[in-house]
Amino acid sequence: MDCTVRLSQLNPTLGDLKHNLDLHLREVDAARRQGIDLLVFPELSLTGYFLKDQVSDLAMRLDDPLLARLLAMSNEVSIVVGFVEHGAGDQLYNATAFLERGRVLHVHRKVHLVSYGMFDEARDFSPGAEFRPIDSRLGRLGLCICEDLWHVGGGYTYFLERCDAVIVPSASPARGIAAGDEGLRSVAVWDTLLSAQALLFQCWMLYCNRVGWEDGIGFAGHSAVFGPEGRRRAQLEGLSPGRLDQRLSSATLERTRVRTPLRRDERPQVLLDALERALHPPAPRVPEPAAPTESEPEERGRNPRPWRP
Amino acid sequence: MKNPENKELDIQCELAEELLVSFLREEVSQAGFQRVLLGLSGGVDSALSAALAARAFGPENVLCVALPHRTSARTSLEHAELLARRLGCPLRRVEISAAVDAYLEQEKVLDPTRRGNVMARLRMLVLYDLSVEWKGLVVGTSNKTEMLLGYTTQFGDSAHALNPLGDLYKHQVYQLARHLEVPHEILDKPPSADLAAGQTDEGDLGFTYAFADAILWRLVDRRMRVDELLREGFPADVVKKIAQRIVRNQYKRLPPVIAKLSERTIGHDFRYLRDWGM
Repeated sequence: MDCTVRLSQLNPTLGDLKHNLDLHLREVDAARRQGIDLLVFPELSLTGYFLKDQVSDLAMRLDDPLLARLLAMSNEVSIVVGFVEHGAGDQLYNATAFLERGRVLHVHRKVHLVSYGMFDEARDFSPGAEFRPIDSRLGRLGLCICEDLWHVGGGYTYFLERCDAVIVPSASPARGIAAGDEGLRSVAVWDTLLSAQALLFQCWMLYCNRVGWEDGIGFAGHSAVFGPEGRRRAQLEGLSPGRLDQRLSSATLERTRVRTPLRRDERPQVLLDALERALHPPAPRVPEPAAPTESEPEERGRNPRPWRP
Repeated sequence: MKNPENKELDIQCELAEELLVSFLREEVSQAGFQRVLLGLSGGVDSALSAALAARAFGPENVLCVALPHRTSARTSLEHAELLARRLGCPLRRVEISAAVDAYLEQEKVLDPTRRGNVMARLRMLVLYDLSVEWKGLVVGTSNKTEMLLGYTTQFGDSAHALNPLGDLYKHQVYQLARHLEVPHEILDKPPSADLAAGQTDEGDLGFTYAFADAILWRLVDRRMRVDELLREGFPADVVKKIAQRIVRNQYKRLPPVIAKLSERTIGHDFRYLRDWGM
């Protein structure tokens, strides 16, 4: 894949779809004029994050006129946008749509909902059930929404599927300011996660986090691009809205994969066997019959027949 | 066991300042305001809140209010004036003696706790009244240590629209106050609620802030158990007292409890942020 991506580190207003759509349209328009190929917005970028009872009010189906406004602008620039999806069976998903050439090319529903500490997603959303690669005009891509990246399944699936970039829209709160650390602890943790998955799965990692505050919880920004060798190529500093542009090249991917051919040498069957054993352990063995005794000869015990003198 | 140094509680001051200034700006503007006000006691907490607010909104948009009672220490007012002058914030002085004393005498209130609470709540009343005139939000000055210990007056000093200090232990308040160049006169004196002559916080509590911070940080932030603290050598009586205070004062940290009767009840299953629709 050879293209220019832009991570748009937005500050959406909680629950204000119209305002947030305008924010998106302005960003798309600027990206289009500036020759950007792929524009990435954060998790739940159209709605804001701590929605609670607003989830059902803000949910939209894929034919929603609001998404249509963005679709209409997706001919020159491919768009990754976060929203609440109203599913066919009335499930509500924390979802990200991939819009390209006027079509909804793909919708990723967050698989690993986060429900600990300050988070309560599993109460409000249904979990997604799959990591499916996107065959975009720009190349083969994967999507992991925020917490999805804390589990290796998504990254590993996209690795097997030969994805060239994993896009990670996020709404990660800023926390951890201890003097022993350098900068926010939460940002350092994300850097480690992104670097590790980029290194192991030899792809570009495009991390787009949001900024701004919702009821005293600030989002940490620091959107970043990691190269397929695990190195951070660029990062937005500070806690303000911003844009991060990065040129992605196929040559970099190829060189990395030739030098260290992880994909060639991967043996998914070994993992599959382990998963089979873990998920489908063999049924417990039936206990052996008791050992025969003197008074009860083996033959009679096994094959009872009427005794004849 | 001597007073812990609490080096492990040290924070990155520039980062804390950046976060708290951004927090104040955004939460206040989302509520439709550009200005704030706060009570200046002459102590380190309100000095730090004022210094952060002055950076967030510009000093001209931060109304500092000194609320002395006739029994307040003279230095309290002097230090409030000194700080407002240094920051370049407007200072308004509102004497609360007449109003407080009228009530205390009428109801013959002698209990020092009740007298202190009346003073704290009258200060709240003045601040919320002035907030209408000033067209600004009331900024809080309660730190994490006193909130966890319940060392606050409910609906008094604990009443405010937003609070930049609520996730900072006293040790961290001092560290950030030094970083923001709060005058040494304020930093060097013993902390006091100044609700009675000669009162100090540590005298009231029966343990030092150094111990309180060390124990609270372990119990709350590190999720350690009481027996682990005792093995570390913390005095059992202090650990027990602090652990009890955390639990006993939970009510002060929550809105009033509402009896559920309907299908959808405020505080139970009517779940929206404050920033909802702002």
